[in-house]
Amino acid sequence: MTDLAASDPLPKPKRDLAPILLPIALALIMIPLVGSPSTWLTLTAASLAMGMMIFIMASGLTLVFGLMDVLNFGHGAFIAVGAYVATLVFAPFAASVQADSLWVNLAVLAPAALLSMAVSGALGLVVERVLILPVYGQHLKQILMTTGGLIVAEQTLYALWGPQIIPMPLPASLRGSFILGDVAIAKYRVLAMLIGLAVFIAIQLVLNRTKLGLLIRAGVENREMVEALGYRIRRLFLGVFMTGSALAGLGGVMWALYREQVHASMSDELTVLIFVVVIIGGLGSIGGCFIGALLVAMVANYGGFLVPKLALVSNILLMVAVLMWRPRGLYAVTSR
Amino acid sequence: MMLLSGDPPRSRVLTLILVVIILALAATPFLFPGAKALNVAAKICVFAALVASYDLLLGYTGTVSFAHTMFYGIGSYAIAIALYGIGPNWAAVATGIVVGLPLAALLALAIGLFSLRVAAIFFAMITLAVASAFQVLASQLSWLTGGEDGRSFQLPELLRPGTVLISKNLFGFEVNGRILTFYLVFAISALMILALLRVVNSPFGRVLQAIRENRFRAEALGFRTVFHLTYANCLAALVAASAGILNALWLRYAGPDTSLSFSIMLDILLMVVIGGMGTIYGAIIGATIFILAQNYLQSLMGVASKAAGEAGLPLLPGLLHPDRWLLWLGLLFIASVYFFPTGVVGRLRNGRGEKNAGASH
Repeated sequence: MTDLAASDPLPKPKRDLAPILLPIALALIMIPLVGSPSTWLTLTAASLAMGMMIFIMASGLTLVFGLMDVLNFGHGAFIAVGAYVATLVFAPFAASVQADSLWVNLAVLAPAALLSMAVSGALGLVVERVLILPVYGQHLKQILMTTGGLIVAEQTLYALWGPQIIPMPLPASLRGSFILGDVAIAKYRVLAMLIGLAVFIAIQLVLNRTKLGLLIRAGVENREMVEALGYRIRRLFLGVFMTGSALAGLGGVMWALYREQVHASMSDELTVLIFVVVIIGGLGSIGGCFIGALLVAMVANYGGFLVPKLALVSNILLMVAVLMWRPRGLYAVTSR
Repeated sequence: MMLLSGDPPRSRVLTLILVVIILALAATPFLFPGAKALNVAAKICVFAALVASYDLLLGYTGTVSFAHTMFYGIGSYAIAIALYGIGPNWAAVATGIVVGLPLAALLALAIGLFSLRVAAIFFAMITLAVASAFQVLASQLSWLTGGEDGRSFQLPELLRPGTVLISKNLFGFEVNGRILTFYLVFAISALMILALLRVVNSPFGRVLQAIRENRFRAEALGFRTVFHLTYANCLAALVAASAGILNALWLRYAGPDTSLSFSIMLDILLMVVIGGMGTIYGAIIGATIFILAQNYLQSLMGVASKAAGEAGLPLLPGLLHPDRWLLWLGLLFIASVYFFPTGVVGRLRNGRGEKNAGASH
């Protein structure tokens, strides 16, 4: 028996490494299957960028569920709203967007992204107050209410912007690729990766290194206890909900630029995608969500390259495979 | 009473409304001339059965499935592909049924065993994902399904509009194959609704309700909840697939828009909620209200939109445009979940009982 001195650090909780190794293993297995290393690098970069974008969109959903047991079926609406708001900024500054200078481009892109986040976040406030507040603790009604919210939001977008697809060209300096030898990596994907990584690190830091994060994590584990200690978990939750919505808006802008178009139906498509990610990761887990997003993106990219027909159902197959292995997702949140 | 499995509407107004609806549906070919009225009536029949089967899941077990249109679509496509591939004869109809129904049941079994073990919320998300994958699959495998265009086909001789069964001079009405098809749809839908009524009032149905109220307690009482839920899921899928078959037979067509799209799923949800969850009768009321509104209010919205446009009002023409029908539906949906969670049937049944319940709190 070794005694723990007061100065010794607490024993660390066991780390569950298998899920982290999963995307790495998947990428390595793909090297011989894809064949040429340069194609593999391009595909891997594409998957990482796509995964980061999906993660940004899905992170809010998983946190909101983890903290307050609220499943927001209307999360996709925030994504679409974010994208549409960005087009509002892009349209009057079309000249600056097309100018061949990174700084001029970013001067449009950054405010557009911020405005999108602000609008989505504000919309999150309204949705939380109007749709979710009356039905706390009732899963069935939550699903129905937020599904209704998704329809209303989508149709309002149609009414305001019309049913046509709005083109959203990439800023001039983000077009094209970096060429390293015979590997081509699209510039925008590098930017998306950087932003995604920044968001992931920021969320991890806030969750693990601040008092706010401590409270959120405690709330995920045991809501009543946090309340009993005198913290207003309702307000905390509202903050998380709005942050999640704002992140969804940011993800929407990035996705719109990635696809170079905006359409109200993107909320439907992406809702399904982020659901798959959140289920794979384990409802409520940020780390799981990150890995899930990467896995989904990898399967989509490698799968699309190797067996194009399979890409249609690759998400479902991935979900089935993961749930066979861990029925509650990669990282099951212990309290549920 | 036997017919209704001992579960009558339990409200005089409700009984009256149901009788009026059913009589009107039965007499549509003779009361309301024209193809549109008959189409609307057939659609009401099909959807009443479809919504009733969804009610078995949503209302009686409390699980939200987003894959119900998938089973509906399986039925539609099975019969369409069979009649398209084999030709317009009864053997093809039988093939479609023999292939379609077991396929739907097997898929429901797989989804159920796979996702009903865990939390109910997982089920909702997984069914949504599976249904969307199926939809993509159906539109991509165009060699089989006809892709976005779907499959048009011909019915067997007996059911064609050109087949005159009873000529006009006998009763003053002509009974042709089309009307026979309508009565086929009507009768099978009615049978399925009665069968569902039987299911929910059986001991099995009581267990489902127990699971809805408290799954742990039901499990503690010794019921294998996963088995019951999966069984209910398969039954609902079977009825949904049969409704799909009827719909395809009526339309002589199966395509993504008429049998698989997500908006049909929303329509079903809305009909269940408006009619009243967990009542089966709600399905008939919900389907009738909804489909009448869909067919006749939409043209009204067009008129209103035009008027608003001519009056020079901003935004209103866009909001009132018939294509924005879903917007108002969504608002109605939220409002009805919020204000009338028990739906029309619940309201009619205990308008007085609710006051008593309120007083006792």
